[in-house]
Amino acid sequence: MTDPMLSVTGLDVAYGGIAAVRDLSFEVGRGEIVGLIGPNGAGKSTTLNAIMGLVAPRAGDIRLAGTSIVGRKPEDVARSGIALVPEGRRIFADLTVEENLRLGYAARRDGDSAEADTDAVFELFPVVREFRSRHAGALSGGQQQQLAIARALVARPDVLLLDEPSLGLSPTVVDVVFDALARVRERGITVLLVEQRAQRTVALADRSYVIANGELRLTLTPADANDTAKMVAAYLS
Amino acid sequence: MTLGLLSISWQVIVDSIGLGAVYALMAVGIGLVFGVLRLVNFAYGQLVMAGAYALAFASEWDLPLVVGIAFCFAVVIGLSLIMDVVVFRPLRAQSPAVMLVATFAVAFLLQSIALLAFGPLGKAASSLGSLNRPVTVGDVDIRKITIVAIIVAGICLLLLVLLLERTTMGLHMRAAAMDFRTARLLGVRADRVIGSAVLISALLAATVSVILTVQNPLVTPDFALRDTIVVLAGVVVGGMNRLLTATMGGFAIGFVSGILGGALPSDQSQYLPSFLFGLVILVLLVRPNGLFARGPGPVERV
Repeated sequence: MTDPMLSVTGLDVAYGGIAAVRDLSFEVGRGEIVGLIGPNGAGKSTTLNAIMGLVAPRAGDIRLAGTSIVGRKPEDVARSGIALVPEGRRIFADLTVEENLRLGYAARRDGDSAEADTDAVFELFPVVREFRSRHAGALSGGQQQQLAIARALVARPDVLLLDEPSLGLSPTVVDVVFDALARVRERGITVLLVEQRAQRTVALADRSYVIANGELRLTLTPADANDTAKMVAAYLS
Repeated sequence: MTLGLLSISWQVIVDSIGLGAVYALMAVGIGLVFGVLRLVNFAYGQLVMAGAYALAFASEWDLPLVVGIAFCFAVVIGLSLIMDVVVFRPLRAQSPAVMLVATFAVAFLLQSIALLAFGPLGKAASSLGSLNRPVTVGDVDIRKITIVAIIVAGICLLLLVLLLERTTMGLHMRAAAMDFRTARLLGVRADRVIGSAVLISALLAATVSVILTVQNPLVTPDFALRDTIVVLAGVVVGGMNRLLTATMGGFAIGFVSGILGGALPSDQSQYLPSFLFGLVILVLLVRPNGLFARGPGPVERV
């Protein structure tokens, strides 16, 4: 059996003695979309930050295709093939859209031209191509979110992590984002999606984990997306 | 030829531009490191001082001019890298106040070392004297070094703009100055960006060393200390958060300082710092975000 693309085992993260994530274990298989849902403060973002090397876990292991990446610096994690679309988008407002994309090239592992990947990303998000010479700060929130995802994708990652990409977006733009994620999966990129929009996430993802108080509570499948009772229970557990 | 009221001669204006150019270089050196580390390097002047001593020793050993300048660059770069590894990197996660105080300590440590090792009287860097002679343009006597300073500063700033705007490393440095954490998440190597900023900053300090040593060949332990304080004020006045405004601030304070020096009667020249820093306070009261900063300051405007 091959190793899963991303595996988190017994992850413990604490901030100043207060546990944010407790004994969390899950796997994301090659080419899968896995959702991580749960209320605010459940430890979802902390999990992503631990994967990226932004916070050091107190215990546990994080493996990328079988190799432990715990203790790597954020830039080295990015260069190992994991790209994060951070919460709040974090685009560089004073740089142009094109420069933001060029920053995304920083994590590319091969020397070959990034043009093909950039074109593919433009196809996914035409609006990014349209406004590529503008300052990123002049884009709307939805356009900035698309840019943030585009910037992560041009790095040609094996794994794409997204931290609440639909936060603060209009329903139409949320559709664009979720459609794009489905197409990202078609390109063979593994996706770990942290979201508050539980129903859409469960419907899209191959598997969704519900976490609360830093612990894994429940695993949901797309079939559960329309099972209101189960969804509500997941949030109130 | 004079410009009327204040009897400021063209000579003073050219000299002031020269001083502004040197201070602009120092401002860039300080601003670059501030950009990526959020560290105000008060010890920047001591890098210049170390370079000046290198030139003085090169002159004492009768080294050829080019070798002396190369030695100066080697000393400044070496000292910068040591400072980075021993002080800046271990303190990178600390608050800006901690880092500022640490650079105060480094500044006075280096000054004390110079005092103990080389004595309070100073060393003369005599071999650079030829650059200090004047050339006459029209009826204005301009010291060669002033022209050199203006040209060198222009070239350095142009190269830096090209580096920052046209290269990948420049883009990474700009991104790191805006949001270091996100830059790292995208794969921008923190060590490389910081190392580049420190290195470029050191190259600028060495350049400033050479220019200042030509202008003032007597190298003492407090060499460039006053200049550093004035430049830091200029950087704050211009606007610390952007390299361009910091550089403009450095130039402006050098230029104004030169003009004030030329306008004050020579028996009152000891009041120059009072006038200069009085102006600094005035500017900061009116534009607390910096003279050249964009947008309104924190003060509400009606």
